[in-house]
Amino acid sequence: MATFLLKRVFLALFVIVAVTLLVSYTIRLSGDPATMLMTGGQANFTAQDLERIRASLGIDRPFLVQYALYMKDVLRGNFGTTFFGRQPVNQLLGRALPATLLLALTSLAGSLLISIPLGIYAAVHRGSLIDQAIRFFSLVGLSFPNFWLAIILVLMFSVTLHLLPPSGFFTAAGLVLPAVTLALILSAINVRLVRAVMLETLSMQYIAVARSKGLRESVVLYKHALRNGMIPLLTYVGLQFGDLLGGTVIIEQVFNWPGMGSLAFEAISARDYPILQGVITVFSVLIVVVNLLIDIAYGLVDPRVRVE
Amino acid sequence: MDSSTRGSGWSRGTLRMSLAHLPRPASQFRSLELILGTILVGAMVGLILASGFLFPDSGTSMDLSARLKPPFTDPLHPLGTDPLGRDVLARIAVGGGISLLVGVTSVAGAMLVGTLIGLVVGYYRGIGDLVLMRIVDVQLALPFVLMALTFIAIFGPGLPILIILLIASQWVQYARLARSQAMSLREREFVQSARAIGVKGASIILRHVLPNAAGPLLVLTTLNIATNILLESSLTFVGLGIDPTVASWGGMLADGRTYIQSAWWVTVFPGLAILFVVLGLNLLGDWLRDYLDPQGRK
Repeated sequence: MATFLLKRVFLALFVIVAVTLLVSYTIRLSGDPATMLMTGGQANFTAQDLERIRASLGIDRPFLVQYALYMKDVLRGNFGTTFFGRQPVNQLLGRALPATLLLALTSLAGSLLISIPLGIYAAVHRGSLIDQAIRFFSLVGLSFPNFWLAIILVLMFSVTLHLLPPSGFFTAAGLVLPAVTLALILSAINVRLVRAVMLETLSMQYIAVARSKGLRESVVLYKHALRNGMIPLLTYVGLQFGDLLGGTVIIEQVFNWPGMGSLAFEAISARDYPILQGVITVFSVLIVVVNLLIDIAYGLVDPRVRVE
Repeated sequence: MDSSTRGSGWSRGTLRMSLAHLPRPASQFRSLELILGTILVGAMVGLILASGFLFPDSGTSMDLSARLKPPFTDPLHPLGTDPLGRDVLARIAVGGGISLLVGVTSVAGAMLVGTLIGLVVGYYRGIGDLVLMRIVDVQLALPFVLMALTFIAIFGPGLPILIILLIASQWVQYARLARSQAMSLREREFVQSARAIGVKGASIILRHVLPNAAGPLLVLTTLNIATNILLESSLTFVGLGIDPTVASWGGMLADGRTYIQSAWWVTVFPGLAILFVVLGLNLLGDWLRDYLDPQGRK
């Protein structure tokens, strides 16, 4: 177990360094922040002004030194200051991240509530008309542009029925439409995963044993089959986590949800790169950590995983 | 869906059979998939190909006296007009051409690069294999939308960068799939015997491994054209994709949003166009997967 843990943690660290290095390097390609800062602020400035600002921002040093210093600060929870307004980036991230996580996790929970019962039903009644209908509708869901589904839901529930606020409300009612949008799109994939996983576990011998013991079918399905099926399902959910965050970024734009996506778009239009760098860094670290935790949990539950 | 789950239905026993000898899909639903998929994709491709003839103005001519005409009222504008009096159907046809262009070129690029790398790495293993798997790990931590956000923020939006980013983020899927195919095929008798009689590695990969690995790669290709059309339209929708002055599906939806209260058709029809063509491609990909893998369908 110790070697397994060590290997996983080492791999996670490698990925974090690789991604943050790539992002930092790309951001540096945007040009000289000092020049941008000066042209964005005062009209006339001298070469000495530029030098002074470069030194104060620390960007007169080699790239790798800058990267190391940035990561050292990040480890202490300091993501630098914004170009414009000189505000600490962690304040902005601290406000946006909970909003995004709330939206993403609500959507994930919602999609599991939809896809687990449907997937189990499809697996048990394999080949039936309802199984094929579920299969078809999951394909339709996979083909839906998420932002268009969002617009259609707004058209239905806000514009026509006046039931829910269309956008811009960081409230429980404002959460409903963006979360439903993401949950529906996610369910399209998850229902297929649940079905596949359940078909696999239901063909196992211990299921036949459980059935021959005379256990009720619901106990066999939910207690024996689903529990074992949850492990591979969890791995897929972890692999999806990145796409879920990507989807959240787009959907936040439709509903003006004050999360990381909206923050990133503000940063892009203002060319305020420290904010963008903070958003991407937090996202990729989050993805790696979630997958690391799932890997470790998997290793704890299933000893076979530890020996590769 | 992730490529590992996409390719997982493939079983080795079927690889030897040539496509012509495979039994036809049994279930009615399977052939329905093929028919519906062909109709949806065929209709859209037909509309796009005919657009030069049907809409010589490419949907650019504005008619401010005919602003926001509702659909199904004027035979000249069957799907109505947008806020500038441009024909919605014409713009859907022109925008579809761009979406399809992005979908096909990005997938072709990613497939060529990824397949080549995956086959070589899977056949020879060694250090290249290790490097590839680490790139796969890194790729998982930087999903396409986040990667696109970073690069487009720096280099600005546009058609070429969009295609390059899609290739950069997706070649890994083909590489991983081709790698696993090559790894299992290299142990098979016909490859072993080709090696034993002294056939060169490059020639084995091209003549023996590639043809037998082509099925799952083809499925992934079909499904990814659909995925990339979705990704392109969502990036264009948020203003990071195709130039907003050009007619595109994502751009039409972004413009139409403002008029959602009064003119639903401006947002509903371009969205339906995306849904239909992507659904058509997904149906074809799904059908193809079952067709190539008779053991997976029971």
